Amino acid sequence: MTTEIAEPASKVELPSHLSGDAGEIPSFECTIRIARFVPEQDEEPHWEDYQVTMYGTDRVLDALHKIKWEIDGSLSFRRSCAHGICGSDAMRINGRNRLACKTLLKDLDTSKPITVEPIKGLPVEKDLIVDMEPFFQSYREIMPFLITTGNEPTRERLQSQEDRARFDDTTKCILCAACTSSCPVFWTDGQYFGPAAIVNAHRFIFDSRDEGGDLRLEILNDKEGVWRCRTTFNCSEACPRGIEVTKAIAEVKQALFTRAF
Amino acid sequence: MKIHQYDVVIVGAGGAGMRAAIEAGQRTRTAVLTKLYPTRSHTGAAQGGMCAALANVEEDNWEWHTFDTIKGGDYLVDQDAAEVMAKEAIDAVLDLEKMGLPFNRTPEGKIDQRRFGGHTRDHGKAPVRRACYAADRTGHMILQTLYQNCVKHGVEFYNEFYVLDLILTEVDGRRRVAGVVAYELATGELHIFQSKSVVFATGGVGKVFKTTSNAHTLTGDGMAVAYRRGIPLEDMEFFQFHPTGLAGLGILLSEAARGEGGILRNADGERFMERYAPTIKDLAPRDIVARSMANEVREGRGAGPNKDYVLLDLTHLEPEHIDAKLPDITEFARTYLGVEPYTEPVPVFPTAHYAMGGIPTNVDSEVLADNDTVIPGLFAAGEVACVSVHGSNRLGTNSLLDINVFGKRAGKAAAAYAAGADYVELPEAPETEIAATLESLRTSDGSENIAAIRKDLQDIMDANVQVFRTEQTLREALDVIATLRERYANVGIHDRGKRFNLDLLEAVELGFLLELAEVITVSALHRKESRGGHFREDYEKRDDENFMHHTMAYLDPESEAEGVRGVRLDTKPVVVTRYQPMERKY
Ligand SMILES: Cc1cc2nc3c(=O)[nH]c(=O)nc-3n(C[C@H](O)[C@H](O)[C@H](O)COP(=O)(O)OP(=O)(O)OC[C@H]3O[C@@H](n4cnc5c(N)ncnc54)[C@H](O)[C@@H]3O)c2cc1C
Ligand code: SF4
Ligand code: FES
Repeated sequence: MTTEIAEPASKVELPSHLSGDAGEIPSFECTIRIARFVPEQDEEPHWEDYQVTMYGTDRVLDALHKIKWEIDGSLSFRRSCAHGICGSDAMRINGRNRLACKTLLKDLDTSKPITVEPIKGLPVEKDLIVDMEPFFQSYREIMPFLITTGNEPTRERLQSQEDRARFDDTTKCILCAACTSSCPVFWTDGQYFGPAAIVNAHRFIFDSRDEGGDLRLEILNDKEGVWRCRTTFNCSEACPRGIEVTKAIAEVKQALFTRAF
Repeated sequence: MKIHQYDVVIVGAGGAGMRAAIEAGQRTRTAVLTKLYPTRSHTGAAQGGMCAALANVEEDNWEWHTFDTIKGGDYLVDQDAAEVMAKEAIDAVLDLEKMGLPFNRTPEGKIDQRRFGGHTRDHGKAPVRRACYAADRTGHMILQTLYQNCVKHGVEFYNEFYVLDLILTEVDGRRRVAGVVAYELATGELHIFQSKSVVFATGGVGKVFKTTSNAHTLTGDGMAVAYRRGIPLEDMEFFQFHPTGLAGLGILLSEAARGEGGILRNADGERFMERYAPTIKDLAPRDIVARSMANEVREGRGAGPNKDYVLLDLTHLEPEHIDAKLPDITEFARTYLGVEPYTEPVPVFPTAHYAMGGIPTNVDSEVLADNDTVIPGLFAAGEVACVSVHGSNRLGTNSLLDINVFGKRAGKAAAAYAAGADYVELPEAPETEIAATLESLRTSDGSENIAAIRKDLQDIMDANVQVFRTEQTLREALDVIATLRERYANVGIHDRGKRFNLDLLEAVELGFLLELAEVITVSALHRKESRGGHFREDYEKRDDENFMHHTMAYLDPESEAEGVRGVRLDTKPVVVTRYQPMERKY
């Protein structure tokens, strides 16, 4: 595609908030209500409220940092990239699974306390930190790697653009667990593989280069596999990468019907 | 105290660490220690691509790639290393494809390639399509693919283990690696990993600056740990500042923003690059654009309430064009600043992006104790290391390449070394020193706040050691760092617990940042010239006569460098094979 781009103007009028005449960045007060749990001293998690002054486009992660850095350094949560790419900070914010670094406070109702809890269905280790091992265990069980037979080619394997596009959506997964920990089936049955593992199986089952699809389908045909999915769509709504999780699960189910093994 | 024994211990599970683990893990008993879950590593944030002269879409060869790398690095690149990297780039990309990486494809089904700044055909004649990519998430796909292959090969990970010390033992008058000391986040326990080889792959140190594209966790741990054990750090003054970070946040908007027609404006709505680079304007190289932006702000033409940023204007482009070519930018601008790029300009400012310097290694990824003595058993690869393939300025897409080429080399070399070596005896209680530091931090009643000190450090580094540097700004920065180090001695933390005590670890990481900020600034003072990412307003020209060398900084209580006690500076010749320095003109 070549687009002709008209030469942009050397100078334009800017609105006053950009030209720098419009005063300060708006600030607002909010209450963050956090489910605190310190294993060395608490039997049960309890709510704790924190009052903070936040600015403009601050995110929930900024509020958590402000609390940790200025009010109570013992508040514990995971985070790294701070822009929705590493998958560290999935948590339940106002009852919905989201990434704290991708949730703007101004998009929430700040007239009421904003509740922040750990994601559900995984053992809580401390405050907002859960044990991710069971989640990664399910992921590892679906054999999340390219399986091929025969000799390695000397150059790259060929793949058409259509074949490449077939599984593009599920390659976006950052293993944040927002989907799996929003699934009511997973909450009641921790053995269920959960949406994230199925998404990652999908990524390989529909990759034209892969020859391990049948192995993975067999694994997912298990009683804790895809058939437990009740299509509640929580997972698709929770996914911060916009992956159509429910659709991916449906496609895996479909493959189980049509593939003989 | 738990003591573990492995042939090879790899520290870090980003691209470099996991690429090393795939090699070492198939050859010998290997453990990977990482402070983050592997898939959380910042390699996942890279968008643009990884270059290799595959010549899939047009004529290209590794020799042209070598030249571009050397020129891009303003001739401070070790040319033997650049040759190795450009040559092995082709296999590095093909390895990843065979491991399953979903590269974008050409109509014939081959790996597709696109243009990226500084990559040219035939020594600068025209841009060449050399960057292999997977949509706008190449780094994400590299990180996932490498992790998947670690799962496949059953690599053993110790997740959320922070390596805080390196154990070196003198054997027959020579320092050798004995292992590392690691802190387990979940329990607060220290572990000793005795090993024949250690590979450092802990990534960069962007968090010395306030505005950075780097993750919160990129605190230069590997560099600081090595430095404290007497290993030099090479070329630390060279830091790359990327022009288009989201203002206030530093989140990177890729170079494509300007390549696809975006232009920069100041608060007056003026397209200021017309003044600084009348012919190529907004398409000037990263360092020139970054300095022009900073100058606009410095001279009072910055936009916004605090007049501290400029504007990236895409509003003259068709929305469909923006959607097709710049999806990440639109998403980041909308999500994080609430700005709609179709109709409003996006606030941007230069962001600290990449550390060209680091732990010196040779092309086999072996760490050097000085200009040429290898430390047996110690290896480093990735952003933590300095081979040096990037010289004073890294070309886009050369780092994802670096981590794969030298990660692989490090893994192989570490396994080979372990196969022929014995364990070195551990000294008596090697954890003593770090245990004492941790305990005093954990129980301290100090009145200083970690976040406050860190903020002051990042503020002064952004103000004085960023794209403009002078003798005076650097001296001022050193004075501030010295006071911050005094304050740090009196730091107090809230969390007294053992489990998941991230408060404690932030304090430790702050210690690393302070140390490295000093090394960066002292090295920058030493270099009285401008080259690549390092720009001295008081010495605006490159000076090959006096500064065509690498800077080597050592921790040394007996010495003084540039008026700073405890640092010793030395120089190391640049390896020149076939390209004599020329003016870097584009
Ligand atoms: C936003 C962004 C975009 C980029 N885009 C590109 C691009 O398009 N092309 C390109 O070539 N380059 C790009 N780069 C640069 C490139 O991505 C990085 O330089 C590279 O990924 C670094 O990889 P690494 O393996 O060295 O480190 P990382 O991926 O940062 O990994 C570091 C690892 O070390 C571990 N670690 C750190 N400290 C400790 C400790 N004390 N104990 C134990 N473990 C520890 C961490 O857990 C982590 O696993 C980009 C960088 C950024 C920030
Ligand atoms: S599918 Fe989406 S929600 Fe689920 S783990 Fe992957 S990125 Fe997270
Ligand atoms: S901190 Fe990385 S996804 Fe939120």
